[in-house]
Amino acid sequence: MMQIGLSHYLIVGAILFAIGVFGFFLNRRNLIVLLMSIELILLSANMNFVAFSIWSGNPAGQVFVFFVLTVAAAEAAIGLAILVLLFRNLSTLNVDKLDQLKG
Amino acid sequence: MSFDSILFYLLAIVLVVAAFRVITATSPVTGVLHLILTFFTASMLWMLIQAEFLALALMIVYVGAVMVLFLFVVMMLDMRMEGLKSGLKVYLPLGLTIGGVMVLEMAFVVLRSWGDASALPAPADDFDNTLALGTAMYTHFAYAVQIGGLILLVGMIAAIALTMRKRSDYKRTNPGKQVRVTASDRIRIVQMPSVVDTPAEQSEGAEK
Repeated sequence: MMQIGLSHYLIVGAILFAIGVFGFFLNRRNLIVLLMSIELILLSANMNFVAFSIWSGNPAGQVFVFFVLTVAAAEAAIGLAILVLLFRNLSTLNVDKLDQLKG
Repeated sequence: MSFDSILFYLLAIVLVVAAFRVITATSPVTGVLHLILTFFTASMLWMLIQAEFLALALMIVYVGAVMVLFLFVVMMLDMRMEGLKSGLKVYLPLGLTIGGVMVLEMAFVVLRSWGDASALPAPADDFDNTLALGTAMYTHFAYAVQIGGLILLVGMIAAIALTMRKRSDYKRTNPGKQVRVTASDRIRIVQMPSVVDTPAEQSEGAEK
């Protein structure tokens, strides 16, 4: 308890992950909060990677965090582009209204 | 309790509260600002275990670029939140229960497996986190770094292609056609025979 160890960081990651998933339930209509929840989930994964990498003394985990950040940046850019496009066409961010692809 | 432990608990509390405010915020701008606080605090937590390069990269690249992009988009779109929050009250107790169960399960498993793990090792004085990361990235992971660059390129092209639009109310000249024009395209001479008025018709019209 006194000494900050690996499990402290893993539990912080678990709490972040749960908050991210909870965000999906809570804001299932709002597209932009869904994107922010994805960011939280990715951050929790990164937290675990960094903690294990430092704990084991292997920098490979931190390199992987770098790649996760790259993919998250690309995902945020494309997601926000889609969001802007949807808002321009539908003037709403309600996920329930996004049924244009229904055949 | 050492200073590091106090700092860890303080930062962890700020992190969790900020993350919780992200998903419960009523206005999206508040949510994005709390998301920025979340990432900043996570960066400080990484700094605490001496993952300096990633902490600074997260702060400079992620908070400085991606989160500000979020903020731009949220402020640019004039969205109304009324209809978007309707399911909140219904799902709050169930969601809290499920989230609590998830955290408890994960904490149990983590503590069972890693609770007695040795403390996070403090790196040696001459250990250079940036050097170690750079060496790993440009030797073992060189191809992966290039694929990462490719992913960013694809993301950039996709974002531009999605948001660029052709305007229909937009007049413009075509320089190629302007250069290729000849004198016969510019002026056309129309032969028109002159019309001779007949006095008979005119007098007829005057009678009417």
